[in-house]
Formats: sequence, C-alpha cells, structure tokens
Amino acid sequence: MPQFWMEDFAPQMVWLVISFIALYLLMARVALPRVADVLETRHGRIADDLDQAAQLKAQAETVIAEYEAALADARSRAQATMAQAGVEAAAAAERRNAEVAAVLAAEATAAAGRITDAKNDALAELRGVAVELAQAAAERLIDAPVDRGEVDRAVDAAMQHIGIGGR
Amino acid sequence: MTAERHIDHGSPMHQFVIGRLNDWQLGGFDISFSKAAAFMFGAVIVATLFLVLTTSRRAMVPGRWQSVAELWYEFIADMIKETIGGEGRKYFPFVFSLFSFIVICNLLGMLPYSYTVTSHIAVTITLALAVFALTTFIGITRHGTRFLSFFVPKGVPLVMLFLVVPIEVLSYFMRPISHSVRLFANMTAGHTMLKVFGGFVVQMGVFGVLPFALIVALTGLEVAIAVLQAYVFTILTCLYLNDAIHLEH
Repeated sequence: MPQFWMEDFAPQMVWLVISFIALYLLMARVALPRVADVLETRHGRIADDLDQAAQLKAQAETVIAEYEAALADARSRAQATMAQAGVEAAAAAERRNAEVAAVLAAEATAAAGRITDAKNDALAELRGVAVELAQAAAERLIDAPVDRGEVDRAVDAAMQHIGIGGR
Repeated sequence: MTAERHIDHGSPMHQFVIGRLNDWQLGGFDISFSKAAAFMFGAVIVATLFLVLTTSRRAMVPGRWQSVAELWYEFIADMIKETIGGEGRKYFPFVFSLFSFIVICNLLGMLPYSYTVTSHIAVTITLALAVFALTTFIGITRHGTRFLSFFVPKGVPLVMLFLVVPIEVLSYFMRPISHSVRLFANMTAGHTMLKVFGGFVVQMGVFGVLPFALIVALTGLEVAIAVLQAYVFTILTCLYLNDAIHLEH
C-alpha cells in the first residue's frame, strides 16, 4: 500500500503542519470572527427588539394606569359635585321654606292684629250702640231720663257677664 | 527507491500514490510538494473562501449559503458546549479547523480524479498526535501531578488497581492510534472499494450496469461516511479535551 511508503511520510507531515497552521490562523483570525460577528449582531438585534417591546409595553401600561386614575378622579369629583349640589339645593329649599314660613307667619300675625282691631272696634261700636239702646229703652220704660254713667256700668257688667270684654 | 515502489496504473491502490511534483529538501527533510500537499492547501482555501464569501453580506436574515456557514459554526460550537462546556470555548478555533480540514479533505476526495488527503495514515496520525499532545499538555498544565489520577479509576479495589492502571495507561497511549486508523481505514476502504467496482464496470461489458448502479449507491454512502468520519474524529477530540480539562472518566 502506498500509505506505508515511509519516504512519503515526512513531506506529507511537513505540508500538513504548514497548511493546518495556515487554516487555523485563517479560521481564528478571519473566518470565525466574521461568522461570530454576524451571529452576535443578530442575537443583539433580537435582544434589543425584545427590550424595546418590553419598554413599549411598560409605557402602554403606565398610560393605561394614568388614564384609569384620571377616570377614577373625574368620577369621584363628579360624585362630590353632585353631593354638594344636593346639599346646596336642600339648603336653598330650606331657606326658601323658612322665608315663606316667616312671611306667612308675619301675615298671619298682621291678620290676627287686624282681626283683633276689627273685633275691638266692633266691640267698642257694639258697646256704644248697646249703651245708647239700653239708655233709650230704659228712658222709654220709666219715662224719665237715665244717667249715662249708670247705663255704662250696667252694659260693662252685662258684657263681662257674657264674656266679651268691655272696658 | 521509486523503482521498487511501482504500482500498476490499473491497480485500485494506484489512487493512493502521491508522487512528487518537485524534489525540495530543507535541512535534510524531504519537503517535496505533492498532490497531497496541493489538496491540503485546497482545503484551506475552500474553507476560508466559503466562510468569508458566504458572510460577506452579513445579512440579518441569512440566505442559503450564509445559513450553511452559520450552521457549520454552530454545529461545532454546540458540540464543544455539550461535550466540554464553557471551558471548551478556548479550543473552538482548533476544533473548528480540525473538523473543517477533515470534512473538506474527505469531500474533495469524492470528486472524480481528485485525491483524498485523509486516506493516508501519515496525515491522520499527525492530526491524532497533535490532539494527543494538546490534550496531554492541557491535562498536565491544568492539573499537574493530579493528572496521573486520570489513570486510577475511583472505587476500584486496591488489588485490582495493579491490573487496571496499566490497562488505563495503555488505552490512553493507544488513543492516537485508534483515533487516526479509524479515519484512514474508512477513507482507504471506501475509495478502494469504489475503484474495485469501477474496474468491474469496465471488465463486465454490458453487464457492467450492475456494478455501476452499485457505485452510484456506494458513492452516496461514501459522501455520508466522509462527513460522519470527520464528525467522529472531531467529537473524539472534544471528548479527549474534556478528559484533559475535567479529569473525568
């Protein structure tokens, strides 16, 4: 077999060592760094993209949280406004009721005063009429002048007797 | 000397004759250039050009050829990661060069009229001895005298050690031989067989179609063997490196 021809060993080994060292240097210095660079660039790019996606997701979540906070805030503010409006409306109604009641009370009081005055006037007139009537009736009956003072007293006593005042 | 080394041109062994393209001598060494040396440099050029040209575009989404270069790179990177682990990264260029050299030499040998560098024991034993020297050097420099514990398996009774240790030592020194002969023998056998059947095609005339069909099938098989043996040589290198680095059986 030519594989065992010893004189061919040395040149093959020498050229193998030289070519293999050349291959090693070309691989280690030139070819492998190129391939590694391509692979690393791709992996870096993918990692970057994933990072960016995660960042955008976080941003979106922040925006959603802010939006929901704003929404909750607006809702609570609206409720507060509504509650205040309710309170104010109740107070206004109360105030108006009180005003109307005061007006009504004043009018009632005035009316009561007018009624009392009218009653007093009426009573005073009634008394005068009653005195004159009683004097005229007594003079007709006894056919003699009757003292005005006595008639006054008698009418007073009679009016007091039936409970409508008098002097 | 060449007179008694004559091999008939029709012999299946003639393909393994290297010959001389010149007759260079350097300090008593025969450094004659031959077709073996030419194919070695051919492999260097093919590996370098392939990897450089396929990665010239540095595409983010790799094309077909760039994918081959990336797969080639990651195949060896993963092999080292799985067999050696993180400490193996340092030896990646060496293992990659070794695999690339062998696989390209094997595949170049499958081309008609070409020559298979790895069909010579002189080449495979040089590579195997380089691996052997490297792994032994790593073992000794990393572990010092503890490297000798590699030959003493754990959990073996003392009496048995007198038997086991010499066997371990012997098997360690047999490594470069089995490592190199496996590749050399596979390449030689495959190419011899193809040549023998090729001879039958010529001799059998019309019936030569039968051995011809067989050659077609065997050529496919030989391509597979060319890649497989390169892989076997490389993974054994990784395992030897792992032994040297981690001192484990």
